[in-house]
Amino acid sequence: MSSTVQKTGRTWKKPPFIANPMLRWGLLIAVVAYVWWAITTLPFDWERIQDGVPRAIRIFKGAFPPSFIRGELLFDGFMESIKIAIVSTLLGLALSVPIAFASASNIAPKWLYTIGRGVIIVARSFHPVIVAILFVKAVGFGPLAGILTLTVYSIGFVAKMLAERIEEIDWGQVEAIRAAGGATFVTLLYAVIPQIMPRQIGLSIYQLDSNLRASAIVGIVGAGGIGSTLLNAFGRYDYDFALAITLCIIGVILVSEAISGRIRRNLW
Amino acid sequence: MVATTQPTGPEAIANREWSRYTTKERWRRYGLTALVALAVVWSLSTINIIWPWLWDAPEQMGDLFARMFPPSLEGWQEIGWTLLETVNIATIATFFAVFLSLPIALIAAQNTTPNRFTLWLGRFILVSSRSVNTIIWALLFVAVFGPGVLAGILAIIFRSLGFLGKLLGEAIEEIDRAPIEALESVGASRFKILVYGVIPQVMPTFFAVSILRWDINLRESTVLGLVGAGGIGIILQGAIDTFAWQTVATILLAIIGLVIIGEAISAYLRKKVI
Amino acid sequence: MLRIKELVKRYGEEKAVLKNLNLEVPGESVVSIIGASGAGKSTLLRCINRLVEPSSGSIELNGTELTKLEGKALRLARRRIGMVFQGFNLIDRLTVMENVQSGRLGYLPAWRAVTRKYPQEDIDRAFHLMERVGIAHYADKRADELSGGERQRVGVVRALMQEPEILLADEPTASLDPKTSRQIMELLRALASELHLPVLINIHNVNEAKEYTQRIVGMRFGRIIFDGEPVDLTNDAMDDIYAGVPAEERGDAESSTHLREVAAR
Repeated sequence: MSSTVQKTGRTWKKPPFIANPMLRWGLLIAVVAYVWWAITTLPFDWERIQDGVPRAIRIFKGAFPPSFIRGELLFDGFMESIKIAIVSTLLGLALSVPIAFASASNIAPKWLYTIGRGVIIVARSFHPVIVAILFVKAVGFGPLAGILTLTVYSIGFVAKMLAERIEEIDWGQVEAIRAAGGATFVTLLYAVIPQIMPRQIGLSIYQLDSNLRASAIVGIVGAGGIGSTLLNAFGRYDYDFALAITLCIIGVILVSEAISGRIRRNLW
Repeated sequence: MVATTQPTGPEAIANREWSRYTTKERWRRYGLTALVALAVVWSLSTINIIWPWLWDAPEQMGDLFARMFPPSLEGWQEIGWTLLETVNIATIATFFAVFLSLPIALIAAQNTTPNRFTLWLGRFILVSSRSVNTIIWALLFVAVFGPGVLAGILAIIFRSLGFLGKLLGEAIEEIDRAPIEALESVGASRFKILVYGVIPQVMPTFFAVSILRWDINLRESTVLGLVGAGGIGIILQGAIDTFAWQTVATILLAIIGLVIIGEAISAYLRKKVI
Repeated sequence: MLRIKELVKRYGEEKAVLKNLNLEVPGESVVSIIGASGAGKSTLLRCINRLVEPSSGSIELNGTELTKLEGKALRLARRRIGMVFQGFNLIDRLTVMENVQSGRLGYLPAWRAVTRKYPQEDIDRAFHLMERVGIAHYADKRADELSGGERQRVGVVRALMQEPEILLADEPTASLDPKTSRQIMELLRALASELHLPVLINIHNVNEAKEYTQRIVGMRFGRIIFDGEPVDLTNDAMDDIYAGVPAEERGDAESSTHLREVAAR
């Protein structure tokens, strides 16, 4: 093949992602300026941070090897977390179904839709830890607060996903049942429920796993479960016990995620 | 669903049966339901709930809400600035986490990892990052670096790495191999195949996942302060501890506002990226 | 000159897909390879640039023994072999120019590849080739915005950007409609003569093979059983090559049967 090529004098540059140069440079400058401003205005306590490395070494020395002496406490904590997860998942699922229907634009009338979506938004906006704190203030320390918190947490996720699924159903099936003379409830049962069932089951299993993890966390603010055990350990500088607890939490999360994933995969 | 076996003949037509589930399926369903019921009963009966408190709960919650009403605007400036600080923590942390997650995702994906050891290393990093909740990371960093925003930023970075890395890694493993084959055939090195064949294919997912994580991190940042890692959580904790319920209400409303705006921005950006 | 001697490809313990193949392709000829699906056409082509590893045998391109090369030497050798694919194998989200320039990745330094600052000579070469095949106005368009025929042209330009010593085309027109198909075949034939390039084309459509190529090689069950000019391809010879293959699959570029083949591969 000949290597002499006519010079065309044409150049080429890759067309930029944002065509308008003003917009492009403006955005770039804005981003750089923001990052600079954010980093400089964030209050860093440099002295304390410098102490960090020797501190870290001290903590890690104290944390190794992980201590399982108080294994019974660990076990009780986990059992409580599991119970919290089970009850709150069930309660959350039960409540999510009607809320999801109330939040589906193709099923619920406008006023109901607004209420339903509002409930979901409020349930989702707050980190479960905040919700846990509030419930602890309201009903006291212990697993009750944890159950209430995780129920709200479940509703925030499951109801939203379910509502989206309901909005995506094949409307033809509903029409068919209606045309045959089905009243509202029967139509729901025959035309809607079968379509959302697979998603519902998948969500349930996912949420159970999710709640198990979350129950470890809300315990940190006093809502029961292994989180409370962890908090106490940190508070008493029992770093080796804390490490043991953390390792167990990681282990349980991994196992739970694996089981949950396996079950959901076999469902499809 | 199955029809049971039929006898033949004219009477048979009158006596045909149909049931929705086979006997085996029915037993399985009963079994599953029984299992679930058992789990619930066990949980409820052995759980450490003081039942009188449960009956009391609605009244207590109502009481709490009454005390929060109306939300007070006291100290709104401090609340505003701290809210901004919260946003900054989330944004800066997500920013750095996004850049760090790309190389980790590359070594954690089976088709782009150099060798078995790096694959295992990448997967290990991602799994550890994901399994430890942001709050626990925050607890750790507060213990190491002291209370303050650095602990919070690091906590969010460490947690986000796992989320971003996992989704990115999956996207990398699912790319179309055809362009890769073409690039191999022209004699391109592994690095160039990465730049021309892999990266362009995962770009949309990369942006979508980053924006999604930013949205989640906004929420996570609101509670970092509760363990001392900066952000609005500190003020919230303070208000709760001093029973300033009306201030608490304001802060909660501010958080709702923040999250809603964040979700709107996030949804908008993700649509532009696809 | 491409010289293949005693090429064998076996997958595991199973029967060999390519059995002691011998083939010589001198410079400046357009050779088509025909045969039923499973005959080994695609495997043969991919053994040449080692996208598939030969089990044994020798493949020599202009004096270089290709089967022994590894790593960097293999990449350098691959630069000299251009390939056009049935599925186009373009990088969908990148522009036509970037796709075309990706053919030079064996020559470009890494930093130029990353920053897309292609050397002027390569840009000139690209525009020259793109104009020759009629896609120069698409330079800034994303590859997935083009039609099938246009995409294949991009594929052809990419291969030619390598300044290859030989061009391999693996069923380049199988995914195209008949009219576009003929355009691409005509393009390949013209380019082969303009650039003095040996071209090896896997073809499913025997009529196209007869019309656009000077030499036809017929494969069956991993062996070459016909090697001659189009005029020599009698019905008897066709029966030998396609024996047992239903009439619709011979000499036909009908997409449905071929897609079944591709899926089975």
